[in-house]
Amino acid sequence: MQLRILKDKILSKLMLVLTLASVSLLLIIGIGLYLHSAPIIEKSSWGTLVTSSVWKPLRGLFGFFPFIMGTLWVTGIAIIIALPLCLLTALFITEYAQGGLKRILVPFVNLLSGIPPVIFGVWGVLFIIPLIQNHIAPHFVEFSTGYSVLAGGIVLAVMIFPLIVSIVSEVLNTIPQELKDASLSLGANKWETIKKVILRKALPGIIAAVVLAVSRAFGETIAVLMVCGNNAVVPHSVFDAGYPLPALIANNYGEMLSIPLYDSALMFAALLLFIIILLFNIISRVILSRLERKLAS
Amino acid sequence: MKLRKTEEVFFKILMILAAVIVCGSFFLIVGTIFAKGIPYMSLDMLTKTPGGGFYIGKEGGILNAIIGSLYVAGGATILGLFISVPVAIFINIYINGKKFLSDSLRVAFDVLFGIPSIVYGAFGFLIMVYFGFRASLLGGIIAVTLLVIPILVRTLDEVIRTVPRELGDAALSLGATRWEMAKVVLRQIKPGIFTAILLSFGRAIGDVASVLFTAGFSDNIPTSLHEPAATLPLAIFFQLSSPVEEVQGRGYASALILTIIVLIITVLSEILIKKFSKHKS
Repeated sequence: MQLRILKDKILSKLMLVLTLASVSLLLIIGIGLYLHSAPIIEKSSWGTLVTSSVWKPLRGLFGFFPFIMGTLWVTGIAIIIALPLCLLTALFITEYAQGGLKRILVPFVNLLSGIPPVIFGVWGVLFIIPLIQNHIAPHFVEFSTGYSVLAGGIVLAVMIFPLIVSIVSEVLNTIPQELKDASLSLGANKWETIKKVILRKALPGIIAAVVLAVSRAFGETIAVLMVCGNNAVVPHSVFDAGYPLPALIANNYGEMLSIPLYDSALMFAALLLFIIILLFNIISRVILSRLERKLAS
Repeated sequence: MKLRKTEEVFFKILMILAAVIVCGSFFLIVGTIFAKGIPYMSLDMLTKTPGGGFYIGKEGGILNAIIGSLYVAGGATILGLFISVPVAIFINIYINGKKFLSDSLRVAFDVLFGIPSIVYGAFGFLIMVYFGFRASLLGGIIAVTLLVIPILVRTLDEVIRTVPRELGDAALSLGATRWEMAKVVLRQIKPGIFTAILLSFGRAIGDVASVLFTAGFSDNIPTSLHEPAATLPLAIFFQLSSPVEEVQGRGYASALILTIIVLIITVLSEILIKKFSKHKS
């Protein structure tokens, strides 16, 4: 009898320790990255590191502005492409598609989410790059290799499709049937109900989904690296090459220990990513869990 | 009046188009990979290690990367299970009742899930530097374990929540301790645990950014935890950046192999999830 209770007590402590340890990973990662990027923050400052465009590691000059802009361009393009498509798809799945069609559509969205990033990258190189180089870019600019922020944006957009579709669908499913019925009974048709009732009611959830998708796009590394051109200048058009932060980290790990302060600079890039993504994630998760709780009560 | 109708039809067509694009992109990707990969596919790809270096060599296959990936993804999933099963039980059974605490923990794991693999990779690299070991199989497993813990915890958590409250309560009312109650619950969610394993393994085998710094790369099959190990996604990435055309072709074939592995895993987990939710209702 005593032994059973003792076992329960010991295991509960063990589980508590494991839980605390894995949650505190958030803190430990932050501190670890900060400690490692401290040398470069001390040498320059947050302000100069983030706003300077000069990237000359050999002379000890590290300006992250082109990389931040590269990340913003790629992410912006991805969201502009993905949001309308995913919103419409989620609306179609939740409001229009009947049982059978729904059962076909949803698994494909899930299958898409299982495809590894590197495969998206290979697809980008094989399909999107030639498409841009031969068919899209010639209409707008004289010459483009295809390796551009547009290519990165398109590949990223496809990568965040499943995330946005599944979260928006979940949010749309939480909207009470009575609200829709009330609108329909007043003579509104289905689209008017969607426009004036459902979308308005689902807005916080949609915002949360977008914030989450932005943070996913920020951190995506290999697929973007393969199609983006990786040129450390601020892009000025969608056909310019860009160099997002994660690609910078991934591309230079080989040299980082041979040049002074270089490892510190790359860890600073990881720290930047970590902080931005952490904030975005906390915001969207708090919105979503509040929605869930509202539904439960 | 007419306008309203036209507007609805217009947007309905738009929705169908969007759904076709979103779901069609899956076929486009898989189709492209198959079309490019099949001509370069051969039995040698699966059964031999590369001859003459992975970057320029035209001989042999990528057995080293397949085995390396299985080691890394398998090791990380097993290690992750040892951590995440207790955590999921703790959240659901031990802190039952304190809703704010368990909800906060769930948000924390969701946030951890959102941290990109490149950050886990960089952090894994810091751990390695701190403890003074080189890029190796062990380093890769550690970094990938960090990556899959949130996936495992959140999946297991979802599954445990589908177990009827009464079942656990019945065990407790008969005088069982919470650990004994947990064992009852665990027996109930066996297929769910399998789903979590598949999801974690699928994510682990496809990820590059976390193993880039930590696992290294090698043309040989690793024989100990301290040797560097090749991984399949990294092999694809390296082969594709090679200037030699044949090697690029082998990259396409490797991409095909990885795609097939991941598709099998995803389909299996889909079927399991469906079976499990049928069980529930």
